[in-house]
Amino acid sequence: MLLALLVMAVVALALAVPLGVRAGRAHRAHRAAGQSRRRRSPAAPRPELGYDPGRERRAEQRARQLLRSCVNEEEWAMYRDLGFLRVAGRATAGRGSAPAAPGYAYLVYPHKPIVAFVPDSGRLLSEYCVEFPDMHGDGNTRLPASDDVLAKWMALTSDESRVIGQANMHLVGRQLDPARVRRDLWRLSEWERRRGAGSSVGAHGG
Amino acid sequence: MKFLRMKPGHGEVLLTEGDPGSEVDEERLVEEFRRQLDEGMWAAVPTEHPSSGRREALMVRDYADIPPQAERVIFFPRASGG
Repeated sequence: MLLALLVMAVVALALAVPLGVRAGRAHRAHRAAGQSRRRRSPAAPRPELGYDPGRERRAEQRARQLLRSCVNEEEWAMYRDLGFLRVAGRATAGRGSAPAAPGYAYLVYPHKPIVAFVPDSGRLLSEYCVEFPDMHGDGNTRLPASDDVLAKWMALTSDESRVIGQANMHLVGRQLDPARVRRDLWRLSEWERRRGAGSSVGAHGG
Repeated sequence: MKFLRMKPGHGEVLLTEGDPGSEVDEERLVEEFRRQLDEGMWAAVPTEHPSSGRREALMVRDYADIPPQAERVIFFPRASGG
């Protein structure tokens, strides 16, 4: 009996030793691989991080300064206070000196469609969906919000038919809530009343 | 005169600057102007009417169209339907 137990123990030991050695090797290999990954990771190139809030905020600050340097004081104050610009329609506003009162104007929002409206009645005419995607960047094609507004302002004040021709025209309501646009027109009139400027679309070029 | 370009994630970047009256500078400005338009950019010069103070932009399609008194040209991506 004792002999049988002894034989079984020897057999069990003979079977267990190779398994233990194999497990030990696997454990050491796993640890070595982990250490290697940890050593390699700081120097390895990281994938490009996508959205960086700090970088976008700095870009927007620069864009605001550029916009401010291009538009007049009233337009800058309008954008700063209300978040959009009004640009007079060039077809009737004339260019250069003493423009006539425009028959229509545009509301220019950042990264939203341009809205055409009639200043006298507040009637909303249409939405012009237009973007300025930069296809030569590092994958981010979207300009800072204030650059988008400035691009629209420059395009509308210099070559209105060209940018409107590029846009997709829709009835108001496709992307923008008409009630919100009407509210913005009301905010604009209140803002002008407080400034004591009255309706000055034509006089200031929108 | 400065050439600025709107850039996603950066705001405007200075591409180059120079005195258009200098032959060397002008050559560099012309080259950069063409390069930007070849990349599909639109170019505009912010202007202010001397008597009314009215501000607007002037779209330029050729280097020769840039007003001589212009201090900067802003390049921005061309419009497309959104």
